[in-house]
Amino acid sequence: MIVGERKPFDEIKEMMKSFKKVLNVGCGGCTSICMAGGQREVGLLNEELQNAFKRDGASFRVDGFTIERQCNADFFSELDEIVKGYDALLSMACGAGVQFLADRYPVKPVFPALNTVFVGVDRDIGWFEENCRTCRECVLGETGGICPVTRCAKSLFNGPCGGTSREGKCEVSKDTPCAWFEIHKRLKEQNRLENILKLKPAREWRNQTQGTLVQEAYKKRYAK
Amino acid sequence: MTFKERLDSGKFAVAVELQPPKGNDLSELYEYAELLKGRVDAINVPDLQNAIMRLGSLSVCTLLKAKGMEVIYNLSCSDRNRLALQSELLNASALGLKNVLLVQGDPPSMGDHFEAKAVFDLDVMGLLDAAKRLQEGYDLTGNDLQGKPQFSIGAQINAAAKGHVLDLEVLEMEKKIRMGVDFFFTHSIYDVSLFEPFVKKVAHFKVPIIAGITLLKSVGMARYVNKHVEGASVPDSILDQLMKASDKQKASIEIAGDLIKALKPLCQGVQIIPIGWEKQIPALLDYVGL
Repeated sequence: MIVGERKPFDEIKEMMKSFKKVLNVGCGGCTSICMAGGQREVGLLNEELQNAFKRDGASFRVDGFTIERQCNADFFSELDEIVKGYDALLSMACGAGVQFLADRYPVKPVFPALNTVFVGVDRDIGWFEENCRTCRECVLGETGGICPVTRCAKSLFNGPCGGTSREGKCEVSKDTPCAWFEIHKRLKEQNRLENILKLKPAREWRNQTQGTLVQEAYKKRYAK
Repeated sequence: MTFKERLDSGKFAVAVELQPPKGNDLSELYEYAELLKGRVDAINVPDLQNAIMRLGSLSVCTLLKAKGMEVIYNLSCSDRNRLALQSELLNASALGLKNVLLVQGDPPSMGDHFEAKAVFDLDVMGLLDAAKRLQEGYDLTGNDLQGKPQFSIGAQINAAAKGHVLDLEVLEMEKKIRMGVDFFFTHSIYDVSLFEPFVKKVAHFKVPIIAGITLLKSVGMARYVNKHVEGASVPDSILDQLMKASDKQKASIEIAGDLIKALKPLCQGVQIIPIGWEKQIPALLDYVGL
């Protein structure tokens, strides 16, 4: 899941201050699940904004509308008529959703209410942890299911770096487990330590162009 | 005379780009530098231009400087993070290099190590800020430095920009000047009629502009530039001139020379980019009378 957290209130208020009528668009996808941008959070933020501008004596109105997901164009159709009545849109989706919303309504100023923080898992209720950097070159099969890109401070493919403490912590912080210490432990349990000896070549970063993907079965459909 | 003194004097400056070799054999580069000694005001040495791995600007500049050449050290944001960038500026200063051209840099996907990680930890504005702070005696986090480096700072501009892109370019130029830029290098100019409106639009900044002049070695190259180089346009008249010429090299020199003559009243200098025709530069300078 994509995990997001709400921006500081003052930052959101600052973005909204030059508008009189704003629609806050919630997302029923990931940001709803991680309790940052669903229907409930839209309501809470709107109430805070309404109260703050009222205290300032400013004329401001914010309404909310939460759609199924902001990363699929089909779900926007129900918004098409509604947005016409607003000066600006606030989005509580991840960065991908905000951009999709802005593309759909290019004449409306669109603002993000969240910071998109990572791809992660639930550790407990309201507690999330980053577990994937979407590096496009998954090595989890060789590293015992522990991601060295996300969990090693240097994202080393050939670790460890020499900075592992006796307790198996990272030199960056004594609270951070060393990914390669953990990888070693797990591979040892699985009797697969030979994996560590394999030299992994420098990885292909390909971080310069926007990624696109068409699944194999659909390649014909989108062929130019 | 240093490059900065030349620019300050208001006299027309001539720089030549010399690309470091792919390897550590400098004999060819020294030969070219020797040909240019006393004839040009500075040698500009790119830093991993087009994302092609080669010898670095720092060592080439240091070695050329030791041979008595005025050099312009280049530093790009594409391959180093902010620690390395600041350290490289200190390296340059410690080695006595004063002129630096700070550039955004090319994405590795363009070059010969296309799978490399594009760094861009700082963009060129961030790098200009770093250079500014170092000169004030601090690093980017505000820590004191032992000693203050002093530079004459250059940056790049796209003088062939048109329409909306031109407006953006002018804004960017203003921003760069605020960040302490002392001179600008433009991308290659092939059409004076496009350069003139740009110059007029930015004349009020009163910051020296050095126009890029690339030697067009063939009709094929000119066509390639038109097709693939964003913002560059070689006029038909130049294509015709190249096509009709029996001696292509002579024609190429005359084209570049005529461009320089036409640009001379419009800017403070030129940078000649020979792309393999380094040995032709003295003939070009003779043709222009420089």
